[in-house]
Amino acid sequence: MSYIIIIVSCVFVNNIVLSQFMGICPFLGVSKQIKSSVGMGAAVIFVMVCASACTYPVYKLLDKLEITYLRTIAFILVIALFVQLVEMILKKKVPPLYRALGVYLPLITTNCAVLGVTIDNIDSEYGFLQSLTNAFGTGVAFTLALVLFSGVRARIADCDFPEAFSGAPSTLIAAAIVSLSFMGFSGII
Amino acid sequence: MTALIPVAVLAALGAVAGIALTAASKVFEVEEDERITRINDALPQANCGGCGYSGCADYAAAVVEKGAECNLCRPGGDAVAAKVAQIMGQEAQDVIELTAFVRCRGDCNATPHKYIYEGIQSCAACDRFYSGSKLCTSGCLGYGDCVRVCPQGAINIIDGIAVVDQSRCIGCGLCATACPNKLIAIRPATQKIEVCCSSRSLPKDTKKICPNGCVGCKVCEKNCPEGAIKVTDNHAVIDYDKCTGCGKCTEVCKFDAVKDITA
Repeated sequence: MSYIIIIVSCVFVNNIVLSQFMGICPFLGVSKQIKSSVGMGAAVIFVMVCASACTYPVYKLLDKLEITYLRTIAFILVIALFVQLVEMILKKKVPPLYRALGVYLPLITTNCAVLGVTIDNIDSEYGFLQSLTNAFGTGVAFTLALVLFSGVRARIADCDFPEAFSGAPSTLIAAAIVSLSFMGFSGII
Repeated sequence: MTALIPVAVLAALGAVAGIALTAASKVFEVEEDERITRINDALPQANCGGCGYSGCADYAAAVVEKGAECNLCRPGGDAVAAKVAQIMGQEAQDVIELTAFVRCRGDCNATPHKYIYEGIQSCAACDRFYSGSKLCTSGCLGYGDCVRVCPQGAINIIDGIAVVDQSRCIGCGLCATACPNKLIAIRPATQKIEVCCSSRSLPKDTKKICPNGCVGCKVCEKNCPEGAIKVTDNHAVIDYDKCTGCGKCTEVCKFDAVKDITA
């Protein structure tokens, strides 16, 4: 039961992008097309789950040696490792997606959502399986936000905005409205 | 001693990550033809798409993998074409230069206006109003939409129709896109013969509205020794793969619609 609550909580109630405002950079950068946002979401889910699986024992080690202050740098190291791995796999297996994601793929390293979920695992005192569930749920939440927003952006592209609002301003306003809609979920859990 | 523990831990983590990545890079190694990188380096990186591929990297890959021609890069010119051909081990070919040509000679002396247009001075706007102010619905309107987009200032309006200065044209094709009647042709610069009319109306209609129009009489088609000129939809069309530029068609055309444009 607790696993279901974790997933519902991360996907809807505490959506990493729309409620906690982490990972805004790829959220705005890759959401131009549904296809690339699904690819980005899949890459982030992979990185988040793998990074959580690895940071769990790493944190245990740091905890034992009483050097938990090193967790940020150690976690970033682990995340960077998996981002590089994803980059290699995509370059080999799905070159069109690799080109579509472009600079945003290596930027997953600095995507605060990934670091955020690993830190959140520890702060919430999750066990190993709960950490993995949380990471997976957060990845799904990120993907959901991206896919939802790419749909919104497709509609914006068809609209006739005043020139001063076209481009980034209209995108940001739309992002704010999508974020507002997710406030409806607050207080469910 | 205690200060060494964090250093050792981080160093160990780094070492593990490094080893894992090295192993992964061997497993997921992508074999890239080094010629692609070399061709990509030789290209001007304008990413103009003029070659028909989406950007320089795509064209470089197409040359190696799909056997695309080596002389498609127009911004790079002959020098880049020679470099690409050298990398591919082929004989260098010159870049086929393109120029724009306005396929209309219905100037103010030839084609009368059907109404006096005093609206926004743009061909696109005028064209929406009963297919333009000229009697010929496919002729040059002369309000200069092409002149405004030309980056080289190569187009002038002379006697009410656009004329491209062939020495300045770079063949970018912006004017062809801007023209609402689509009568600017982007053609190989080396070809001399051109049909100077875009009208596809019935012969009797074309005859009524413009003395310089092509009526599709097929005289040129019958007299072409190469069979390079064909009349379709009341209008002569030249196949440049066959045309030798002999000029027979220009001699027989009664309306001066098929012309040697270099003359």
